[in-house]
Amino acid sequence: MKRASDLHDTFKRGLWRDNPVFIALLGLCPALAVTNSAINGVALGAASTFVLIGASFLVSSFRGLIPRQVRITTFIIIIATFVTVADLVLAAIAPAIHKELGAFIPLIVCNCLILGRQEAFAFRKPVKESVTDAAGMSIGFTIALVLIGAIREVLGNGTIFGLTMMPATFEPWIIMILPPGGFFTIALLLAFLAHLKARREARAAASSESKEVIR
Amino acid sequence: MSFDALNLVWIFIAASVVNNFTLAYFLGLCPFLGVSGRLDTALRLGLATIFVMLVTSVFATMLNTWVLPHAPYLRIIAFIVVIASAVQLVETIMKKASPALFRALGIYLPLITTNCAILGLALFQTNREYGLVEGIVYALGAGAGFTLALILIAGIREENDLGKVPKIMKGAAMSFLIAGILSLAFMGFAGLFSSAA
Repeated sequence: MKRASDLHDTFKRGLWRDNPVFIALLGLCPALAVTNSAINGVALGAASTFVLIGASFLVSSFRGLIPRQVRITTFIIIIATFVTVADLVLAAIAPAIHKELGAFIPLIVCNCLILGRQEAFAFRKPVKESVTDAAGMSIGFTIALVLIGAIREVLGNGTIFGLTMMPATFEPWIIMILPPGGFFTIALLLAFLAHLKARREARAAASSESKEVIR
Repeated sequence: MSFDALNLVWIFIAASVVNNFTLAYFLGLCPFLGVSGRLDTALRLGLATIFVMLVTSVFATMLNTWVLPHAPYLRIIAFIVVIASAVQLVETIMKKASPALFRALGIYLPLITTNCAILGLALFQTNREYGLVEGIVYALGAGAGFTLALILIAGIREENDLGKVPKIMKGAAMSFLIAGILSLAFMGFAGLFSSAA
């Protein structure tokens, strides 16, 4: 029973509490580069999910065989192999999206989130936990990509997933789907999360203070 | 000949300011946030990155000419291995030739391996089918643009630390906001091309 709840917690951690993009600030390059629409976020998120789960599975399975001194190189080659697979599969089944994402599928190799999880988790833990952790982290990554993509798409183009969301009189803010919009969106999202955190801490402090008074 | 030289100048300008790797393509954001706090480390990291980009560009051209036509599916793996070796090479040479600079760069040198700007350079160069000389100029331009963006941000952040920043914007959020405004400014360079063409 305890094991099951541990796994559940490992999975849930990546979704929000330790979200790779918003909390750990990892994998930012793809998170900003491709997210001028929500659908691109889904596509890159799915590719990254495949790579992260596959690499974590392999690294965790072979963790007894990989010498410590060359572990980083081994991780990178394993990751590059899965990226190649993802690149070729996406080119075959969704050529339009593959073309739009362009160089950013191969660039998954350099996503520090994926390398970071191999070093911090998969190299030390059994297969089941590593894959659970990889699934949680990559779904959290995808959530972040889709969130940023949706915000930029609705403000910059008036649509989400290509469906019109804004009234016809809405004048799209073109800047949001251009590079500066990516920087502004992540800056304001981070500030908003910091605001939420500050408010929660203030509330916690206030409630513990009032308890003191009652006593 | 003069046409070739002009073409190379355009490649350099396009790579350094118009399509700035950091501000227009979002490549290399990790070092961008990590080391842009101080001006002198930003400059040193920028110079090391330019050097690794140069080596990578030359090796990428060689791979594209001799190896990859026979095995196109090895592209990503071949590039990443070349980059890792290039960084190792730079480290070894620098340790011998200039120990002072080696110590000054410290941990930033090995970290260049996972800088996506380098792999991005190799891939873009391949997509555009640049030759050896064009590739070298492209690498110089991209590296110069990366360094320029890093130095600009570092300078602004050093000043900004002294000012009054709202508490929730402190740190990464403020850096992104500054990067956004710089990116907006760099979009002005896009006009260079439409007026020239």
